[in-house]
Amino acid sequence: MAKVILTPTQTPTLFLEAENITPDVFAGKNAAEIAALHGFVGKTTVTLGDYFTVEGAGGQTAADTTVVINGDVSRVKYIGMKMSAGELIVNGNADMYVGGWMTGGRLTVNGDIEAFAGLGMTGGELIVNGNAGNYLGAAYRGDWRGMQGGEIRVSGNAGSDVGTFMRGGTIVVGGNIDVHVGTHMEGGTIIVKGDAKSRVGGQMVKGTIYVYGDIDVMMPGFQYRNDADLEVDGDNGRFALYEGDMGERHPKRKGEVIYGQLYMKY
Amino acid sequence: MTDYLIKNGFVYDPILGINGDKVDVAIKDGKMADAGDVTNPTIIDATGMTVMAAGVDVHAHVAGPKVNTGRNFRPEDKLFNGTAGSGIKRMEGGFSVPTVFRTAYLYARMGFGFSMEAAMPPLYARHTHEEIRDTPIIDQGALPVFGNNWFVLEYLKENEIENTAAYIAWLLNQTKGYGIKCVNPGGTESWGWGLNCETVDDVVPYFDVTPRQIVSGLIEANEYLGLPHCMHVHGNGLGEPGNYEITLDTLKIAEGFKPQNDFGRDVVLHNTHLQFHCYGGESYSSKFFESKSKEVVDYINSVDNISYDLGVVTLDETTTMTADGPFEHHLSHMNNLKWANTDVELETGSGVVPFIYNPKTFIAGAQWAVGLECGLFIKDPMRAYITTDAPNAGPLCRYPRVYKWLMSAKARDDMLDNTLKYGDRIRERCYIGELDREISLYELAMMTRAGPAKTLGLGHMFGSLKPGLEGDVAVYPYNPETDTDDPEKIEYAFGNAAYLIKGGKLIVKEGEIVDMGNKRTFWVNATVNDNPMVERDISEKFRRYYTVTQNNYAVEGHHYVPNPYVIEVDATK
Ligand SMILES: [Zn+2]
Repeated sequence: MAKVILTPTQTPTLFLEAENITPDVFAGKNAAEIAALHGFVGKTTVTLGDYFTVEGAGGQTAADTTVVINGDVSRVKYIGMKMSAGELIVNGNADMYVGGWMTGGRLTVNGDIEAFAGLGMTGGELIVNGNAGNYLGAAYRGDWRGMQGGEIRVSGNAGSDVGTFMRGGTIVVGGNIDVHVGTHMEGGTIIVKGDAKSRVGGQMVKGTIYVYGDIDVMMPGFQYRNDADLEVDGDNGRFALYEGDMGERHPKRKGEVIYGQLYMKY
Repeated sequence: MTDYLIKNGFVYDPILGINGDKVDVAIKDGKMADAGDVTNPTIIDATGMTVMAAGVDVHAHVAGPKVNTGRNFRPEDKLFNGTAGSGIKRMEGGFSVPTVFRTAYLYARMGFGFSMEAAMPPLYARHTHEEIRDTPIIDQGALPVFGNNWFVLEYLKENEIENTAAYIAWLLNQTKGYGIKCVNPGGTESWGWGLNCETVDDVVPYFDVTPRQIVSGLIEANEYLGLPHCMHVHGNGLGEPGNYEITLDTLKIAEGFKPQNDFGRDVVLHNTHLQFHCYGGESYSSKFFESKSKEVVDYINSVDNISYDLGVVTLDETTTMTADGPFEHHLSHMNNLKWANTDVELETGSGVVPFIYNPKTFIAGAQWAVGLECGLFIKDPMRAYITTDAPNAGPLCRYPRVYKWLMSAKARDDMLDNTLKYGDRIRERCYIGELDREISLYELAMMTRAGPAKTLGLGHMFGSLKPGLEGDVAVYPYNPETDTDDPEKIEYAFGNAAYLIKGGKLIVKEGEIVDMGNKRTFWVNATVNDNPMVERDISEKFRRYYTVTQNNYAVEGHHYVPNPYVIEVDATK
């Protein structure tokens, strides 16, 4: 597998928008060609070479291209945007929109990331060995098509509005989560292994949320159904099942009304 | 001013009876001229290309509060769909609800010179005019909506035509409006009471007036004033299966009315987006739904005083917006997407909902078929105009695609066989499969410029290359002798004009926008006899009901309409 190594050489004064940092765009290009790819800082157009040294070369296709960023890119946005295959590893912190609209491949960040990661994602794996920001796996502003497939794993905490308008796929948060989880959710699974604050599953239509820890304030639109012994993401436990959000419309399947499901671990 | 001579093109002008002949087209001092009258003109070589008068759009929603609500609540409409500014062009963006600049550039690229904003809420006329002002290149007018206006409802209940006309004249002046638009007559007001109008004889609560009285009274008032455009109606029951009956009932109200105007207009009623009003059956399911386009267009073919536009569904993700508030509410409950609604005090209402016409569903494909049928059944194409009710049935940028479908049976078959999931079912439930008519370039010129110009009362300015008319000419990279092999060439050519000259100025040169033109706002100043009663009613309504004063209502000329073109109408008799 061909490997491209990017090493940051300077921190952008504003923010670098670098949607070209993906295995898809790097595939078939040598180091010089990659360094010549454009990015934006404010309204000016820059090149990746202005901000990184580039070593190695892309493979023939995205699938046989690995991109490694060695260093802090906490002022670089859109890393891995729309990537469809291959591998991207960030050894450092990254800014917003990591893996936005990704459709495949594996993106690993060994560090913290900012908001809007995995936005509208339809496939692939996004692994964050650190903390994530707000709107993880959510929909773009205004859109009703949030995360639709693939998997997001965050080892640390996540911010607010995770999984807004989520329709499919799985989000696993190892730590705690801020307010508004799975708002308007229409499918998919969110697993929170730590605590949640409030507004979990607000206006949820379908889909499943598991919370291992506490929820400070429960939504009033959820009703207790029953207890269940389950294995969730390799963890066994007893859960209380709540269904909701009763304030929202719900579809029927085979004559039965389908609700959003919220499991709380005892 | 530079004179132009466009040489060697295939020219189509139904007003002059030119059908693809190679004739030279000349522009002198901003106006069309005889080729012999220009001296030292700049020559435009149109060899192998199609030359027509610039397009005239009779109905589109491109400026005003509804459109802006669409822009505001659909940021995703601009996602991955923006273009940075370059040359004299500003940044542009948006697909179904484009920015004002993209709207102007789109029209220019499609070779259009005039567009009528189809629904202006009078109270928000200032906003509408600010957007019109900021949309460069094209000339525009706007139709204020009257069909649910309290003054109109009260006057027409008593059949007071003179008072209705006096109020209309006052409102056109105040809003710098062009003519009379009527949306879901009585229905939007009824919805304020939780009801709607489902027949033309349903009574509007409190006001005690019917859609029949409103439509008939507005036609009569329109002809009393002698306005350039006719009464422009979006009838009751839009989008409802079985609505073709109420459509026919509405159209029949025009029987007996004759056009009275000095502008060469032949019709008294324009039925907009006819596609949405030609449905049979009792539901959207393929078991019940059926096209009634033939029945409705047959009726229109049998009379001579009605025109319409198509409102073709383009099978895109778009943004619907109309003063038909109840319809938008209904739509939001069908697709569960976001919904915006406004009640415009005393005057009208409106709603906005994103909508996906999905080719994998029967109904969207059937709607697509009905719209095209409306264009293919017409006997006199001077009375049927191509629109998408932009952006309701499809975005503005899709006009050239609609031309392709109308001009090529092969392109339609390709849709039915390969793109639409229920193509065969649609052939059974609609007429599309029986229609092999292909609209010619000559007919296209009728349906996109000559016809709409005439119905708007602008035939003396637009829609033809006749000497003396405005110097508005479009040149398309389409060779009618050699490009007939592939329908895609139609779509490409009519979306990428090689040249556009507007008011004698070269706007598009070799496919590039090179000039922002001299944008004008058209409005109609109708003079009526003094009418103290209507004046008193107006000040009374402002005192008692409006949240603004009369002084804060009017569109004051200079700021909002910096470059007006006023059409004077004298109705003092
Ligand atoms: Zn319309």
